[in-house]
This record gives sequence, structure tokens and C-alpha cells, in this order.
Amino acid sequence: MSTATDAPKSAPSRGGKAPAGERVADWADGRVGVYSLAKANMRKIFPDHWSFLLGEICLYAFIIIILTGVYLTLFFVPSMAELEYSGSYVPMQGVLMSEAYASTLDISFDVRGGLLMREIHHWAALIFVVAIFFHMMRVFFTGAFRKPREINWLFGFLLLVLAMFTGLTGYSLPDDLLSGTGVRFMEGAVLAVPVVGTWLQMFLFGGEFPGYDIIPRFFVVHVLLLPGLMVGLIVAHLILIVYHKHTHYAGPGRTNSNVVGMPLFPVYMAKAGGFFFLVFGLIAMIAATTSINPIWVLGPYRPDQVSTNAQPDWYMGFSEGLVRLMPAWEIVLFNSYTLNLGLLIPLMVLPVVLGAIALYPFFENWVTKDKREHHISERPRNAPTRTAFGVAWLSWYFIALVAGGNDVWAINFDLSINAITWFGRVGFFVVPVVVFIITRRICIGLQRRDRDKVLHGRETGIIKRLPHGEFVEVHEPLSQAKLHALTAHDQYQPAELPASTDANGVQRKVGLLEKARVRISRGYFGEGGQVAKPTAEEYREITSGDGHH
Amino acid sequence: MKKLSARRRHPLAALVVLLFALAATGGLYTALAPAGEAKAEASDSSLAIEEGKKLYAVGCSSCHGMGGQGGSDGPSLVGVGAAAVDFQVSTGRMPMQAKGPQAPKKPKAYTPEETAQLAAYIASLGPGPAIPESSAYNPADGDSAKGGELFRTNCAQCHNFTGQGGALTHGKYAPNLHDVEPRHIYQAMLTGPQAMPSFPDSTLTPEQKRDIIAWLDAVNTSESPNPGGFSLGGFGPVSEGLYAWTFGIGVLIAAAVWIAAHTAKARKS
Amino acid sequence: MSSETGSSKDVSEEHLPTAQEHGTVTVADDPFADPGLPAHEPRIQDIDEKAAKRSERTVTLLFVLSSLATVGFIVSFLLIPIDKIVYIWPFGHVSGLNFALGWTLGLALFCIGAGAVHWSRTLMSDEEVPDERHQIAASPEVKAEVLAEFRAGTEESGIGFGRRKMMRNSLLGALALVPLSGVVLLRDLGPAPGDKLRHTAWDAGKRIVNENTGLPLRPEDITVGSLTQAMPEGLDLHDHDFHAQIAKAAVMLVRLEPDDIKDEQSAEWGHEGILCFSKICTHIGCPATLYERQTHHALCPCHQSTFDLADGARVLFGPAGHPLPQLRITTNDDGELVALGDFAEPPGPSFWERG
Repeated sequence: MSTATDAPKSAPSRGGKAPAGERVADWADGRVGVYSLAKANMRKIFPDHWSFLLGEICLYAFIIIILTGVYLTLFFVPSMAELEYSGSYVPMQGVLMSEAYASTLDISFDVRGGLLMREIHHWAALIFVVAIFFHMMRVFFTGAFRKPREINWLFGFLLLVLAMFTGLTGYSLPDDLLSGTGVRFMEGAVLAVPVVGTWLQMFLFGGEFPGYDIIPRFFVVHVLLLPGLMVGLIVAHLILIVYHKHTHYAGPGRTNSNVVGMPLFPVYMAKAGGFFFLVFGLIAMIAATTSINPIWVLGPYRPDQVSTNAQPDWYMGFSEGLVRLMPAWEIVLFNSYTLNLGLLIPLMVLPVVLGAIALYPFFENWVTKDKREHHISERPRNAPTRTAFGVAWLSWYFIALVAGGNDVWAINFDLSINAITWFGRVGFFVVPVVVFIITRRICIGLQRRDRDKVLHGRETGIIKRLPHGEFVEVHEPLSQAKLHALTAHDQYQPAELPASTDANGVQRKVGLLEKARVRISRGYFGEGGQVAKPTAEEYREITSGDGHH
Repeated sequence: MKKLSARRRHPLAALVVLLFALAATGGLYTALAPAGEAKAEASDSSLAIEEGKKLYAVGCSSCHGMGGQGGSDGPSLVGVGAAAVDFQVSTGRMPMQAKGPQAPKKPKAYTPEETAQLAAYIASLGPGPAIPESSAYNPADGDSAKGGELFRTNCAQCHNFTGQGGALTHGKYAPNLHDVEPRHIYQAMLTGPQAMPSFPDSTLTPEQKRDIIAWLDAVNTSESPNPGGFSLGGFGPVSEGLYAWTFGIGVLIAAAVWIAAHTAKARKS
Repeated sequence: MSSETGSSKDVSEEHLPTAQEHGTVTVADDPFADPGLPAHEPRIQDIDEKAAKRSERTVTLLFVLSSLATVGFIVSFLLIPIDKIVYIWPFGHVSGLNFALGWTLGLALFCIGAGAVHWSRTLMSDEEVPDERHQIAASPEVKAEVLAEFRAGTEESGIGFGRRKMMRNSLLGALALVPLSGVVLLRDLGPAPGDKLRHTAWDAGKRIVNENTGLPLRPEDITVGSLTQAMPEGLDLHDHDFHAQIAKAAVMLVRLEPDDIKDEQSAEWGHEGILCFSKICTHIGCPATLYERQTHHALCPCHQSTFDLADGARVLFGPAGHPLPQLRITTNDDGELVALGDFAEPPGPSFWERG
């Protein structure tokens, strides 16, 4: 390995020249070492499961957004200079508007295919964040964030946050009445920052709201800064996936020390490559048939105009909901300094909501103190407390998300907007608790069912009459593979407090934090926290005893 | 003829006859109804007021008072004008069926002739806006671009960008303006029905009202173009987000399931 | 401390996948032991050349379809006028070009994807194979070696053990300071706030102009139950700072029956029951102009803050922290409505120095 290479003259051995492809590869190998790279990766194994493809949807949506976004920049003018519209959309002719809005109208009505590109861009953006959400929930509920993947979990989380803000800045660019209202919201939010709020507002907008700077500034953030960061993070995310190799579900032959699936070349090249085209094609069809953000009927932004049903795109909906749920609190300190709590509190709750799910893996690891690597995706039922936390978090998030659309629900379902808001205010605190309790019970119930299945076999639905007249249902014993899959998961024992005195009889001090950890650990893994999986002895006892099967 | 008589006893014959009869009645009604309205206009106005007063006493006075002076259940109608009556009664909002946050649009209870009589009676109680001429609200004469600007200044805050409607406090709402007759839009602006404020000619000129009608005609009728495709109700990001969360991710996950599913094995299972 | 049952973890090592026949293993001691990867079962395409041919034809057909769709895309692009609106059930009156381009592009892409996936699913090998993982953490020997090298490096540089503290600290100081230039450069992003948020275009004697007609308003223009959007005279849509001015100065006028006005000061600041309120919501600044004539409530569409215009625009619901500021108005000698001065307090969303 360390000796100098003497390979070069070994190339054409079969007489005549090697095929063109091979010669190109030889050339590249001499410079960047492609053969070693290919040796390591060409037959890389990927496990086959639909839920492992959710991340790919994110990646492909991102690529689609970049492709269409580059096209849009060819025509979009990020300027707030005013002009009188004279393009081909009649109901806007003669209206005074910014160049940004006018150029968006041009893309929609005067550039052939421009409308399609806008719609693909926007639909792909919405679906991108939905897919991130699904992907993140898959990772969460299967415990795939455990060692060694904690860093990649955080990378993914950062990508979610960046995607939200990239979306937000993009949504603001056309300078229509809806997006302008969103920008006004941002102004209010910045103004609410204590002490430096007005300064920040002046710096962000280059003067008083709305000024002429915000759209050019958002443009560069939207097309360069944030996507640039995202590309870097995505590359890091993918490198780590390749390095760690994918997790897989427990099953015969699938262990914690291998990964079972099909090779990258050719199977996953075709599957993953094909999937890119499927995603792109399906999103193009959605764009062909379904309108999104028809800015031409929204009108240009003016600070004295507004429309009802003013919402941000869905991924910002939960922050909108938090603000809508907030009651009117405002404090004036020392008669001269105002704290706009109606905005400040929701804006502080927002990172708490997101942070709760982002930091959970570290919390769980603190409870279990588990130092092992985990490469087998757990079934959600086998981690009842984690699953309950995740579902409770989702309910928390969705309460806020639903509250963000309270006016639309009110008009469509004949409800009172005030009643919906009050439901959200109470639900924000109550629903997650209820959901947590219910989910945990369901998981434990499912664990019990798995245990019964292992010990007593599968219920076949066949009723047999015994000679003495009794009816019994025939239980079919599970195959070895099934038995293994259902019992392969780890079960932690609850942590215990160290004895109060050590071996020499000296009082031992146990910190409050450690006491709390032991309590939580008992909640997780103690009595009522999980159902012990069947042991080999139990199995033998039952199967050798009566002729149940 | 023989064929016909043979089928007379067919079990479906009665149904066919019934359908014919219904169609004939409907046709006759549509043929005659406008004529009735014309007659009402021609007839002596004092007679219309008399007739209207009788109708009013039966259908309206329990809430609005015997002389239209209003009561605990309904506002005074003195000075609301014929336009208000025409709007409320011919969109079916009045008479109200039940107490609620707001009187919804529903099938109308009075014929055009009776509506005209009611309007004549209420107009006789005090001066108020009259029923506009049809030239006042012909969308073809309006400027949709100017109308759009006016709509966004005066109307969109409650009715949404294109008049899809929106929620107000405690279950009240601004209704969807989809395919609402221009006459009724004009009358609503003029008179301010229920929770809606009025926009008298002194603050929103008749030409501007017509521009607003032209805007709505361009963006919120069954014939209005939605170049981008299916409009999802025109409610903006909420319905778009819902679509992405259901159909959008749904088809992509379906594709993922297909990709990862095991291909059928050769054995029989 | 805690907490490994660990049994299943260890099992895997000795049961590394071998091609065992499914279900025939007899495990004496552990009924739950890993039987190993099941043997590969052939697909129909693996044993039936006809089926494989069928798959091949399907895949080819999909790729051909994609090519045809691309041709369709180009033809649509060239032939369909951009302003052509067609009715397509159930989507409505849609742009013919957008519809055609979207479907042809979508099909062209989808068919490539579907073809590739079908190919891989039916014709490429579907045998599942294992790939061994390797321990990520380095062995103790490697770790020790690296640490030793690191120590040697720090030793050489002199940073590590306090030998050249002054040099090291001055470097840290310089590194900490150098980004300050960048921070200073950001200063000119915007002006100092000063009292810009406190003053609006309103002033004593300024006439109140109807936003719709551009004409000064007179008391008789404004009827009970009506809603009028207005701005100060002298603002023009074409002005460079129109948006910045209207963002603070936009007002709405309503007229209430004098008996309905509950707040005395509010009634006094109005004129014959005509009240002029800032329409910029005090929460985040949306125009709160969803005025209900029967209840005199003004609702903000953004976060549902509700103000009672009959009671000095008191907040009834929602997150807004204080009432909408009211503009004191009267009439001038020509009988036109005019302001008696600027707002007594800054309109729009709250800020720290607002007081």
C-alpha cells in the first residue's frame, strides 16, 4: 500500500484497445482514483423498504426546486421599483405595481411554460417540506436517530429549519398582496424584539416599512445563501448515510452488524434514478392540473390593503397558529418600554416546539445511557414511551397548524372563529397529554399481542371440535423467521439508584438529576412501561405442554 | 299509436308522464314569470304598496313591527329603501327561518311580483336607495383592473381576494360571491345587508361599483378562467397545504411502495 | 449503570447469513435464534423467458411513450397560443398551454421513471445480499497513536503547555477582533430609527381624502353603517414614499348613532358621530378593517384581533395589545373633514420604545 505503484503498463492485455468507456475510466482513475471509489461503493447495499425512500423524495424535490428555480431567475426581477402594468393579463392592466410583481405576472402570462415552471417550483417546495416531515417521523418512530446517527439527525433537522426559511423568503418574493402581508408580519415580529427591535427593523428593511430593499435582500437569501447552506448540509447528510450504511428492520439474517438489501449498481441505480423521474413527473402532473398561488388575482402589495384568508404556506402555518392562539398581553415597563407579548411569546414558543423533537434523541440517550451502536430500526410499539412522545408532539404541532387556518375552517364548516381559537388555546395544553397516554397504552397493547403471537402462535380462525365436545381455535405456530423477528428487539431494564451506602458503609450522595433520571427510566422501562418479551424458557414450557397447535 | 298504447301500462310510464308534467310546469313558469314582473311594474304603484302591505303584515311584521318600525327581533325598515328589500327577499335571506348569527342565502319565499310589492311598500315608509337600473351593474361596462384595486381596498378584507368569502366574529361570515347576480352585488354595496357596512354613492361612486362587479365577473364566476388549473376553492395556502399533505405526498408514497415492494415470486402461495 | 439484556445482540454474530433453507433449521437451545437469510426465490421472470420478454416489452414501451411525450411537449409549446383558455372537466377553464405542457412533461418524466423501476423490479437480480458493517470507533491502538501525534504537534508549536502564552493569547485576541470589521460594515443596512415610527403624514388641518375617489370627505358623505377607507391629503400613489407613508397613515371612518358611542373621549374626538381610526392593527400591522356594522366590531384578518369601535377601539379578542389609535377630527370652513393633528400615539405594531 505504501510502496510506489508500478501498475501503468498492465492496461491493454487482450491486444488492441480497451473499450472507450474503460479508457475514460482509466484516465479518471489515474487522477482521482475512481476504481477504488467504485470498489467501495458500486455494490453498496441498500435495504428495500418504502419508508426508506421518503428521504429520497426530499432529495429529488430539492433538485426539482433548484432546476425550476434557476429557470425562474432568468425572468424574475427582484426590484420594488414601481411601474404601471401593461402585460397581457387584462384585470391588472394599468395597475401600479412593483417590478417583482409585474415580472411574476409576465412569467405567468407572457413566458411560454413560465406558469408551469412556477407551479412546479411551488408545488415541489410544499411537497419538499411535507416529505422532510414524513422522513423525519420515520426516523423518529423507528429510533433510527440512535448512535451512531445523532449528528445526521441534527443535520436533517437543520435542513428542515432551513427549508422553512427558504420557503418563507421565496413566498415573499412576488410582492403580491398575500406575500406582502407576510412581510408585514415579519416587520411586526422584528419590532416586537425588546430593546433593539426598531433598529433591527430599520436594518432589515433599509428604512421604514416596506421600503425598497426587502425584496432584493430576500432574493439573495432565497436563491443563494440558504440554498447554498442546504446543498452543503445535504451533501454531508448523504455522506453520513453512505458511511453509516442504512438501517434495516429486524428479520431473518438481518442483524445489527450487517445490512441486507440490493446493490447500488445496477438495482438501486435504476430504482433510485427511476424514482427521481417518477417524483418529477408526478409533480409536473400536479402542476399541470392544480393551481398554486395564483398571484394574478391577489393584486400587488399595498400596506393599506388586505384580504381575509391571509396565511403563510403550510410549513409556517404552525407559527401563524401560535400567534393566533395568543391572548392579548402587552406590558409597558416603567411607563416607557413596551413588550408586545402577543407576538413575543408565540415567537419564543416556536423554537421550543421545534427544539422538543430535535433534542429528544439526546434526552432518550441520557435516560438509557446506552453506548452501543444501533442499526436495526425498531418497531414503534417496542418503544412505547418514545412513540407516545412523538405522537403527542405531532398532535401539539397540528393543533398549532390547524389554528393557523382558523378562519378557513370557520367559513367552510360553519364554525365560530372564536370557538376554534378557544379550542386551540385549551387543546395546545391538553391534547398532547391525552394523546401521549392513549398512544402509550396502544403500544403496550400491541406488544402484548406480539407476545401472545410468539407464545401461542397465529390465530387461524379454524375452529376444531375436540372429542369431548369442546371447541377450540387452532393456533398455528410461527415460523422460525417470524419468531426471530418478533423477539429480536432490545429491552432495557429500568435504571436503579445506587445503594444509599457504599461498601464501606459511607453515605453516598446521589444528585437530583440522577434521581430524576432513575424515575424517568422507570417510567420508560419499568412496570407498565413495556411488556417483557417472551423468553426461550416460556416458549418451551408452553409449546412442549399441551397440544395447543 | 299502437306502440304508444301498448307501452302505456309499462311500470315506468307514470314516471315519464310525471317528468313531462314537471317540465311543462317549469317551462310555463319561466315563460310567464318575467311577464308577471313586467305587469307589476306597469300596475298602479299605490296598488303595489297596498298588496305589499298585506304581504308584509303576514310575513315580516312579527319581527320588524307592524309599521316597519323594528322590534326586538328585527331592525327598523324605515328608510332602508327598495334596494335592500329586493336584495334580502330575492336572495332568500328574508324572511329568516331561524335565529342565528346571520341570515344565510336560501331559496326565495316570494315571487318577483310579490318581492316588488314588498319593496314598494317599504320604499313608501321613508326615502332610501331604489332598485338600480340594469345598466348600472352591467359588468361589460366596468373596468376590471380598477375594480380589482377598489375591491382590495374596500371588500377583500372580508370577502377574500376574489370574493371566495371569509369568516367574521362569532360565526358570522362574509359570503362567497361566486356567480352572485350583479344586481345583488350592487344592492349589497349600496345598502349594507346584515353585518356588512354600506358603501353609499358618496364614498363609492356608481361607476366604481360597476368596476367592482366587472372584477368579480372576471375572477369569480363559473366562466372565469383559472389558468393554473383546479383552483382548490381559492382559499390560498391552507387548501394548497392540505393538498400537498394528502394527494401530493400520497402519490409519491404510492410510487415508493411500488418501488420497494417485492416482485411476485414464481411459487404459488 | 443500566441496562442491557443484550442476548439478541450477541446471537447475530454467530448466525451470520448463510443460504439456509427456510424453515428447516432445528435450533435446540434457542427457539428465537436467527435462522439466517432465507434462500432466494425466483420470480416468474427468472424462470419463464416469455414473462421476461413481456417485461422487456413493457419497459421499452414506457421509454417510447416518454419520447412521444417529449415530442408532444415541443409541439404543444410551438402550436398552442399562450392565452388560450380551454374548459377541461373537472379542472375548469384552464390555460391550454399550461395543461398540455404539464401533462406531456409529466408523462415524459414519469415513463422514464416507471420504465427504469419496472426493469429493476422484474429483470435485474432481486437477490438480497448482506453487507457487513464495520465498527466506526477507532481501535485503542489507533486512538493512542493519534493522541500521541497530536501531543507532539502541540509541543512543537508551543501552543499547548503554556510555553508561549503571550503569542497564543495575542492570536486569540486578533481572531476575536477581526470579525468586528464585518459587523461594522452592516451598519449602513438602514438608518437609525429615530422617531420615524412616531410621526405620520397627518397634521392639523390636513383634509381627509376618500381612497376610492381621491376627493376630500364631508360629514354628509358618511352615513351610519357605512365604512370609508381614507388617507391624508397630499399622498399620491406615484410618490416614492407612498407605501411607507400609507403604512402608518391609513385610516377608516365610520359613523355611529351618537347614543351608541360608549367612550366619551372617543365621541369627542369624532365629529357628529363620525369616528376616524387608524386601520393598521396594533398587533403586527395588517389593516384591521373587517367592520361589522351591527356590532361595531372591527376584526383583523391576520390574527383575529377584534376591536370595539363604539368603545374607543378597545380590544375584545385576539392577540393585539392595545386599541387602534383614533385621529381627532373636525370640519374646516369649507365643511370638509380635517384632522386636528397627528395621532396622539404611534399607530401600527408595538415596539420597545413606544411607551
